[in-house]
Amino acid sequence: MSHTIKLKKGFDINLAGKAENKISNAPKPETFAIKPTDFPAITRPKLLVEEGDSVKAGTPLIYDKMAPDVLYCSPVSGEVVEIKRGEKRKLLELRILADKENEFEDFGKYSKSDIKSLDAQKAKETMLKSGVWPNIIQRPYGIVANPEDSPKAIFISAFDTHPLAPDYNFIYRDEEEAFTVGLEVIKKFTEGKVHINISEDKEMLKMFSQAEGVQINKFSGKHPSGNVGVQIHHIDPINKGDIAWTVKPYGVIQIGKLFLTGKYDASKKVALTGSEVKEPQYYQTSVGASIKNIIKDNISGDHVRYISGNPLTGERIDADGYLGYYDEQITVVPEGDFEELLGWIKPTTSKLSIHRAIGLLSFLNKKKEYVLNTNTNGEERAFVMTGEFEKVLPMDILPNYLFKAIMAEDFDEMEALGIFELIEEDVALCEFIDVSKHELQAILRKGINLMING
Amino acid sequence: MNPIQKFFDKIEPLFEKGGKYEKYHTLYEGHRTILFRPKLVTGKKGVQVRDANDLKRTMITVVIAMIPCLLFGIWNIGHQHFLAIGETATFIQKIGIGAIQAIPIIIVSYAVGLGTEFAVCVIRNHPVNEGYLVTGMLIALIMPPSIPLWQVALATIFAVIIAKEVFGGTGMNVLNVALTARAFLYFAYPTDISGEVWTYLGDATAVDGYSGATALAVAYDTALNGTGTVLESFSSFWAEGMYSFKNMFIGAIPGSIGETSTLMVLIGAAILIATGVGSWKIIFSVFAGAWLMGLGFNAIGVNAFMEMPAHYHLVIGGLAFGAVFMATDPVSAAHTETGKWIYGFLIGILTVIIRVVNPAYPEGIMLAILLMNVFAPLIDHYVVESNKKRRLKRATV
Repeated sequence: MSHTIKLKKGFDINLAGKAENKISNAPKPETFAIKPTDFPAITRPKLLVEEGDSVKAGTPLIYDKMAPDVLYCSPVSGEVVEIKRGEKRKLLELRILADKENEFEDFGKYSKSDIKSLDAQKAKETMLKSGVWPNIIQRPYGIVANPEDSPKAIFISAFDTHPLAPDYNFIYRDEEEAFTVGLEVIKKFTEGKVHINISEDKEMLKMFSQAEGVQINKFSGKHPSGNVGVQIHHIDPINKGDIAWTVKPYGVIQIGKLFLTGKYDASKKVALTGSEVKEPQYYQTSVGASIKNIIKDNISGDHVRYISGNPLTGERIDADGYLGYYDEQITVVPEGDFEELLGWIKPTTSKLSIHRAIGLLSFLNKKKEYVLNTNTNGEERAFVMTGEFEKVLPMDILPNYLFKAIMAEDFDEMEALGIFELIEEDVALCEFIDVSKHELQAILRKGINLMING
Repeated sequence: MNPIQKFFDKIEPLFEKGGKYEKYHTLYEGHRTILFRPKLVTGKKGVQVRDANDLKRTMITVVIAMIPCLLFGIWNIGHQHFLAIGETATFIQKIGIGAIQAIPIIIVSYAVGLGTEFAVCVIRNHPVNEGYLVTGMLIALIMPPSIPLWQVALATIFAVIIAKEVFGGTGMNVLNVALTARAFLYFAYPTDISGEVWTYLGDATAVDGYSGATALAVAYDTALNGTGTVLESFSSFWAEGMYSFKNMFIGAIPGSIGETSTLMVLIGAAILIATGVGSWKIIFSVFAGAWLMGLGFNAIGVNAFMEMPAHYHLVIGGLAFGAVFMATDPVSAAHTETGKWIYGFLIGILTVIIRVVNPAYPEGIMLAILLMNVFAPLIDHYVVESNKKRRLKRATV
């Protein structure tokens, strides 16, 4: 059964530097890192290794004291060389110097028929100890799922509409077997349906569009139509007390590989994108890899920002920084830390805006690929404009009121206004278009944390 | 590096912590950001690039949308002046007289308003906000051309402090700031803002038979005296053709500086709607509400004003100006999209009711908007509640 949901609201940020459908092998990164900060739920990370320890791919490195069953494992074999801490000894990064040859922990292979008959509890145990569990995200809150829960449904968005996002149809074209097996495992975790949400606007891989035993939902429209949160809202929304899980295709494939090979396979393909990249294309690398070798000799600007992830929800990292756990994209854009004479009033065709206020002419040329820098294009102000956020959030939610409820720390209002249905990526476009320049994703996360702890 | 940037860099230490003028840092920043878009960049996590628009550009868009009204208003002051004293004059002469009257009002409005704003920003250590760019122009455009400048100053101070700053500044106010200034004058100095104030006469004497009455006043008097229809009174007005529908649409009639020309207001509306800065839902529904209420009164038809054709309501008085530039103020209007329809519609209805039924206030748009400013949160409340209810209902089904 499939039905199409057409989303009219949204905005496509058309940026220069889309990855060409080509995969390169950059020299293997020397170091890898696991960053507890990639997982918003981890509040009290505990170390399982010390500096100098040797680890294999799949050796547990950390766990969260609040959810000790979920282990966060090393993506490669090597030596723990540095444990980086920040203020108040907050654990920031665990760096591993990789071996030349990757060695794996063995979690036991399964044949396809064994996987079919495998019981859910056993599958969970294997996933928890091998490092693939954090791929499973819980809604509400967008945090690593609690293995004790049984979700009402599981949702997989098979396309990413973020600016410069990788094309799953390209990077996963050879992963059908692993994806199908991963799906088989995931189906065990819910009494309800597993949903695969595909794009109607492009040709999808058969493993997505013809997956068996799942519900296929078609979506069309601009970004954020590919956001799983938006999709859930239109398929089977999260109400108070509901728990649903989401997994990215990469997670499904990684789970599939775990059961097929018995190994925690952290290799992944990432898109190197952005206007400052000489040849935007895909690279074969791994979870937590240092981006140093990938960007080497490949950057054209001299004052740039490296982003792990996409330009809407990503995180600034250093030139020798590490790819975030969930990220499949590295974006490089120019820094914008300079003043511009009368920049707030000058007519311009080079800057992108959803608005058409005097002098903003980008609406005339929708096909143009824009080079945007990191300037905020204005200072933070009180909320003044209304009715703008609604244009880019294709959900029956009143964002202004929700943000104000969060700022006022009003728990009842946050709940009533739909905080259970949103995570940061869903309001990223609101943040992008906000003329008052608020950090709306951070505000939302503050509200979510209040709901979790309150 | 630009020499102005160098100058700013040079004086910056004076305004930094520990500097001589540390207290005035917000003013330093305010001026620098008017000249230069600041070098602020996005944070570590979250959006890494941002939309080109900001509040400054949004606000200046509204100011630009008001320029047709302003230019026409300047000409019209002169036009009305020479008409009243019975002299013919060239275009340049009319503009000259108009500019002499209007520009000081604008200067006072901006100087006093910004001065008040700066003072409050320094005291409360707020960033200087661009909201007053719009308010300053609005206040000037809704003043009668003959208003004493000290009254403009007083009204501006009152409005900025009482209507805006005590609530926390731009974005926090309940009432429209410019209309509060106007309402202040209306109640504090009624003789200077009603009656024979809409035409600037200066030292000259008016021609025989001259009347400075506005169309609203004429319509109201007709209803009071019970003689003939409003349209008959319009056509027998001392200046021939003054209150024809066409002339009122074009706006060559007595009134506040910027409000008379429906045509110019519509040009402004086109700019606001095309740029997406003003809500077309509010603009449309104010006009729709006023017209439908006018039709309603036609049906009742107890007096001559009620019988005035409904579409006349749209071109007389300040309805068009209020609908386009005042009712659309996003802060004091309804914040929800459904709420905007209701809010605008009620403003239109109330304006016509106040005009026709209430003997004390010949112009209704000011009070209608202020009243609906107060009720806008209530309208929004019900829209928000229905959103919450939909969510709850979904959960229980």
